[in-house]
Amino acid sequence: MPLCPPQGGNPLSETAVERQIRLPLTEEDVSTLHTGDYVFLTGPVYTARDAAHRRLNEALAKRDELPIDIRGQVLYYVGPTPAKPGQIIGSAGPTTAERMDGFTVPLLDAGLRGAIGKGGRSPEIAAAFKEHRAVYFLAVGGAGALLSKQISEVEVVAYEDLGTGAIRRLELDGFPVIVCNDIHGGDLLRDGKAAWRKSAG
Amino acid sequence: MREIHVDTIRDTVRTLCIDAACVLPDDVVGALQTARQREESPVAVKVLDQILDNADLARDEMLPLCQDTGTTVLFLDIGQDVHVTGGDLHQALAEGVNAGYGEGHLRASMVDRPFSARTNTKDNTPPIVHTEIVLGDRVRIQVMPKGGGCENMSRFTIMLPGAGKQGITDFVLRTVDESGGNSCPPLIVGLGVGGTAEHAMYIAKRALTRKVGDPNPDPEQAEFEAELLKAVNALGVGAQAVGGTQTALAVHMNTHPTHIASLPVAVNLQCHSARLKEAIL
Repeated sequence: MPLCPPQGGNPLSETAVERQIRLPLTEEDVSTLHTGDYVFLTGPVYTARDAAHRRLNEALAKRDELPIDIRGQVLYYVGPTPAKPGQIIGSAGPTTAERMDGFTVPLLDAGLRGAIGKGGRSPEIAAAFKEHRAVYFLAVGGAGALLSKQISEVEVVAYEDLGTGAIRRLELDGFPVIVCNDIHGGDLLRDGKAAWRKSAG
Repeated sequence: MREIHVDTIRDTVRTLCIDAACVLPDDVVGALQTARQREESPVAVKVLDQILDNADLARDEMLPLCQDTGTTVLFLDIGQDVHVTGGDLHQALAEGVNAGYGEGHLRASMVDRPFSARTNTKDNTPPIVHTEIVLGDRVRIQVMPKGGGCENMSRFTIMLPGAGKQGITDFVLRTVDESGGNSCPPLIVGLGVGGTAEHAMYIAKRALTRKVGDPNPDPEQAEFEAELLKAVNALGVGAQAVGGTQTALAVHMNTHPTHIASLPVAVNLQCHSARLKEAIL
């Protein structure tokens, strides 16, 4: 089902679809997801910002056991605000993914299957996602209040001393994301800009 | 000489911090609605719909618009006929931030020892404080919770004096283009031209406090802002850089006379969650 009627010759709008996916991602999911698809995710993800990434990398380098089993899992780059009374989590939108680029290949090697963040990845990391048959999703940066409503469970599972940067296990419930880097070489930031850029004049 | 007690200033800052984090200014919401109507890219329309829904929800439930509740930037315009009493002004400002971020359940994002230990100060202090002494007997306090994503992508250069509009245009376009989705477009582009190195960035940031849609009072600058906005939107970056026609809501510039040898140019980017609240005491 097309996301929207084709408009303005934008190739993305003609192929993008809206779909529901239950996590963890299956091989069929990753092979059928395409750049620009609007996806509602339901199921578990783990949160990690820069500091947690650094520790996970250090553990992998020392061949220590990771505090979470990352195989087949999706990481969400987020550092939420404190929950208000009656809430399970505060505002919880994505942070800049580029800051994780330097820590991402060892995690892909360890079995990471996807990530959710905002902004683009370096060409090297985009290629690494493709090579590992992993998908990078965008969530809307600055929509943290709205996104928090699609999180149904929260549990701190590692690095509690990092506060907002601790690793949490979240249960997502229809959490909206857009496929940025698929396993077919698509890149929403590159392809979207190319489709809409106007020559100077 | 009018007296204002520091406790009044502290309590005002506290309230402004909470309101700024949860309630997007009407002018910004209006500009986002206009961008939503103008946007042609279906993916970017989805993004803008989420941004507008988020603003409604955050206001209705007093939730932080964004999990990054920012560095707390404070602008104080202090009338020269005001006497601040009862204690240390800067301590009162920090206490206001401490109370606002604590009681508002806002994220503490400031770290001390920035190049080494990076220890969280736990209450988002210290704020970044800019004071100006102005005529009158009032104090205007503006609170701008400034997100890290867009601040990280802000840029400064000093050009040759003759670089002119073309040089500035090229620099603005490069800065916005390279910032991609990291800066959380659609943006407000703050542009400071002239002065000295530190003053150019200050006036660029100060330009972000102008209401979106208010014209620059100088006709030449107003025309340049319109040209820059058109050029920025022609980049195709779009909301959250998914591709689209609405990369920026506005370009706001400030200028200052500068040295005969210099043309300082500062670009301070503001994300779509352009949070700002003010009070006049």
